[in-house]
Amino acid sequence: MTADLIARLGKITGPRYVSGAAEERYLYSMDQGTMPPAAPDAVVMPKTTEEVRQIVMLANKLKVPVVPMGAGLVLSGLTRALKGGIVIDMKRMNRIVTVNPASRYVVVEGGASQGMLKAYLDKHHPDLKHSMPDAPPVATLAGNICIHGSGHLSVLGGSHSDMLNGMEVVLPSGEIIRTGSCGVSGGWFSRAPLPDLSGLFLGWSGTTGIVTRLGIKLFPKYRYNDVLIFVAEDPDLMPDMISRLTSVQAAEDMTPWMTPKPDWARGFLHINIAWGGHTKKELIFKRNLLQGSVREYIDRKIAGFLPLPPPQKGRFLKIPSPDLARFADLRRGGGFEYVGAIMAIEHFPDAYRAGLAIAEKFNVAYSLGARIIGAGHAMMFFFAYAFNRADPEDVKRASDALEATNTAALEIGGIPWKAELPAQKQIIEKMDPDTFALMGRIRAVLDPNHIMNPGNWEKD
Amino acid sequence: MQPIQFEPDLCIRCETIDCLTKCQYVSFSGVEEARSEKLKINERRHSRVLEECLTCYACQEYCPYDNNPFYLLVERQEEMGILPAPKPIIEEQLRMMAPKGKIAPQAVTGVVVDMCAFPMLTGCIRGKLFEGAAPVTGMDLFCNIMWLHFAKNSTIRERVPRIIDNIMNCCLGDAPGREMVCFHDECYGTYTSVARAYGIDVPFTPVHLFDYINGRLNVLKDRIKPLNTKIAYQRPCSNRLVPETDKVLDAIFEKIGAERVPRVYDRENALCCGGVPRAQQRDELADSLVEKNIDDMLKTGAAYCVFNCPFCMATLANEVAEQGLMPILVSDLVQIALGE
Amino acid sequence: MEHAEILHRCFRCGYCKLPGNYADINCPAYLAYCFETYAPGGRMWLLRAWLDNKIEAGSRFAEIMFSCTACGNCVAQCAFPEFRDRLLLAFTAGREALLDAGTAPPSVRDWLTRIQNHGNAYGKPAKKSLEWADGLEIDVFDGQEYALFVDDTGIHEPRGREIARAVATLLTTAGISFGIIGKPCFSDGNDVKAMGETALFESLAEKNISIFNALNIGKIITLSPHSYNVLKNDYPALGGQYQVFHYTQVLAFAMGRLPLSADRPGLTVALHDPCYLGRHNADYASARMVLQALPGVTMVEMDRNRADALCCGGGGGNFFTDLLSGGDDTPARSRAREAAAAGAQILAVACPLCAIMLEDAVKSENLDKTISVREISEIVEGRMDLQGNAR
Repeated sequence: MTADLIARLGKITGPRYVSGAAEERYLYSMDQGTMPPAAPDAVVMPKTTEEVRQIVMLANKLKVPVVPMGAGLVLSGLTRALKGGIVIDMKRMNRIVTVNPASRYVVVEGGASQGMLKAYLDKHHPDLKHSMPDAPPVATLAGNICIHGSGHLSVLGGSHSDMLNGMEVVLPSGEIIRTGSCGVSGGWFSRAPLPDLSGLFLGWSGTTGIVTRLGIKLFPKYRYNDVLIFVAEDPDLMPDMISRLTSVQAAEDMTPWMTPKPDWARGFLHINIAWGGHTKKELIFKRNLLQGSVREYIDRKIAGFLPLPPPQKGRFLKIPSPDLARFADLRRGGGFEYVGAIMAIEHFPDAYRAGLAIAEKFNVAYSLGARIIGAGHAMMFFFAYAFNRADPEDVKRASDALEATNTAALEIGGIPWKAELPAQKQIIEKMDPDTFALMGRIRAVLDPNHIMNPGNWEKD
Repeated sequence: MQPIQFEPDLCIRCETIDCLTKCQYVSFSGVEEARSEKLKINERRHSRVLEECLTCYACQEYCPYDNNPFYLLVERQEEMGILPAPKPIIEEQLRMMAPKGKIAPQAVTGVVVDMCAFPMLTGCIRGKLFEGAAPVTGMDLFCNIMWLHFAKNSTIRERVPRIIDNIMNCCLGDAPGREMVCFHDECYGTYTSVARAYGIDVPFTPVHLFDYINGRLNVLKDRIKPLNTKIAYQRPCSNRLVPETDKVLDAIFEKIGAERVPRVYDRENALCCGGVPRAQQRDELADSLVEKNIDDMLKTGAAYCVFNCPFCMATLANEVAEQGLMPILVSDLVQIALGE
Repeated sequence: MEHAEILHRCFRCGYCKLPGNYADINCPAYLAYCFETYAPGGRMWLLRAWLDNKIEAGSRFAEIMFSCTACGNCVAQCAFPEFRDRLLLAFTAGREALLDAGTAPPSVRDWLTRIQNHGNAYGKPAKKSLEWADGLEIDVFDGQEYALFVDDTGIHEPRGREIARAVATLLTTAGISFGIIGKPCFSDGNDVKAMGETALFESLAEKNISIFNALNIGKIITLSPHSYNVLKNDYPALGGQYQVFHYTQVLAFAMGRLPLSADRPGLTVALHDPCYLGRHNADYASARMVLQALPGVTMVEMDRNRADALCCGGGGGNFFTDLLSGGDDTPARSRAREAAAAGAQILAVACPLCAIMLEDAVKSENLDKTISVREISEIVEGRMDLQGNAR
């Protein structure tokens, strides 16, 4: 069966880009997080939408599961082949198809990476940029958008899925559809005014289709950029501080962080605030707006902006910041995973305290933080735990802490983001039953043979 | 705790109250208002000066009686809980800049040069100018004078003796009287002016960078190729504590053929670089200080903007360079003249 | 296995796959195969799995490990300070362990056997080692300032010989005091060492060192950046202490002594930084100084240049073992496309291996009417008014 599958996949992509070897099966069975391995039977790397379509048709015919994968950096195990089958590694479909500077969007293939788009825009459209997550630059645009990721323009533009203008998707049944304006006009400028079919593929953890092309919003790139770090001590004041800082609508990105390492940072609540301006005057004007918004706290001397000489700002302005990946080495063990919970801003104090309590209870190396989404409309609050992957007990500790954090996040009123399998089940438990039933009916329509990333978003 | 060395009668008898009337940042209607505010400070009563002070150290220089007006002001700020910056900003920096307890005795030979908490500047210790010199650096050698900006005399009293112990035990071979060159005015100011005023014993001999360079230029005079250039000097706040060294700097500039152009904001009228007001959350004031400094420099036709304070340089270098002036440290400028 | 204790510390974040500007994949093996297994992180995790008996070291495992060109991009780009310094060392140790276990791809095994038996990668007799210089009228080393060390490719490969002759001619024309080593030398051992055959490397190096020392050589100019790297960085530990220069480093300061012609047509040139001159030894200047000294030459840069340069795919013995060939995205073909896209007429190289790899790639890409690959020595030679300097 497997040899036949490999041979038939090889006829689609060429044998060089298919493997059923132990090496690939091993490595693609897991990601960097704590979820246990689940190996595919084959890994295949298509180059075109047509190849993707043929792979899906073959999988349908053979009733073999299909798991789409970007860079495999989700950390929560969503690209594991829970029921075996084919992992479709999309990275060979990495072209930047077109940029429309007038309407500020780009069309990319499903395997194009964040870093590659950044480099392309830097070179060819230096006055444009896209919102990059803090994931490493090999992370794919499609993967991040499909999980409702966020990034360094999220205060300005919301979740990355909000910055999506449309998609080309290979359905589990093999049809190729286009959502958004590109389905009608050929331009990729908007999801409105059509029925928003993009939602069928956002947040579904690869269970509804394979995205082969996306139209993504671009934003003006500023010549001058700056960062402020706001420091406070009272978590109960954070929602109001965030509300005030976002109210002036000057920032592009706002990321609170609370970490016990380095030692000096323990107990302080920081908010990194990044913004830009076409001129220095604009830059300073916006800074004054931001500082003015929290002047009351400053005058009371209970919070303020950390003085940062210009040479020290570079590391905070680097996008993406490698500091995030470096957290994985905190335990000298190459591992970290986090619960990122999408929640309302007012839950900040509860989330912070829950994070501290869980870290203490499970004795895990932690870092807490958030990314503000929209003008203070919501946040992705993260509870990150580093672990030593060579130490099973340490991995278990982190895993237990993650599960407890998912529980806590749901109790607070948040929803775990890009949820691991156990967290999906916790969410389903809390979800309105009719809504969950609708999810099932939609999947049944789209994927009658139930081949798309099976095991995810299922009760049992 | 030893009180700040201070004689109240000197202020009462003072006719000019220079410490306040000369202040560039706090305004007074006249000498009498200044006197009234000064007496409030001396008598532990609330004064608006305690709130408005930019902590530029200048009053230390203005006082004709060396009566430590600035150190006393900081003492009063702390006693009365008047914070020049928000509490979390001060508290976090206190932790950030704390001694790490990691320094170990080093086999140091030659002239020891204290680079304080600026390890990134040890590359400056090179060439004939610093031949045989050994730079020492790290948070365990941080002079801690910066707490004058944050109403934290208590931290100075607590940490400076520890740092002095580190210097003696780890850098100077525990030999009293040994010399240590201070790369930064702040360190020299700490181990001379502050130590005297706060009653802290300094068992080694601090040498100001300017004195060291001036001496080396005597030795290396045959190597000097005069720069024949105009320079604008950004005098730092910490030099206010040791104003006598400013004359030595003039001698250095003369030897290397650098003309220290007359600036409105130099010498006793030097203007803050704008770094500290940002910590005090007074960014708009900081912006105006930066602008004034640079406009002033540009009027002089200078080719270089010369710094001796790394923090001033970090604050102003980009802005200065954007305006076409070359930002440079004193020691680097001297090394250019030495062909290094 | 040495460095086994760091394998699990790799997070597989993937910075190592890219250049510093993220423009494209920059790990040669990963670019060629695309599977995560071929990326540095994949290798780290697979080695760990092998040591933990979770996976066996079969032929694919060995191909994955030996397809690494040791180009050093992963070291340059890894996000983890200190840890990154040990990446290549860990891969080398892994290959050494595989060789000890008798698991190596056949082409690797054959390559090493040829070197073991004949002292060079081509399996040619030693007596042919001076033929490359026939007719050049270059003195044998006898106390001149420099000795010229020519690698296996410069000695035995026809294209390499052309380059070696061009370099020797230039050095002569520039009045550099040098001689060729009169005794047959052995393979420099650079790539042998990188591929984990430590004992063979030491044997090669010791033999070369005894030749160099017997001749009282103090300064060495190398044709190949690979030789430059190993002679400079690895021979000293085995008793070979020399001042080592790549030929571009000597030439850069002798350009004024060459009879350069001012009336040649303009030429747009992109430089392909060799890994062992650039990333491994941080010299990005010498080759550019040489090219910039040429009248009429305009330099353009490819997206991936200097520390971000893409390897030609020939490092780590892959020039001989050929573990990266076959697809559309071999490093050399990707590089050829990149150079053409940069608008260069000439893709300048400073290494005989790069020259051959990229010349083949330009043909495979059907770009030979757009761009041509030239070794720097040949570009310089072509822009001189040479009278009677026979090659």
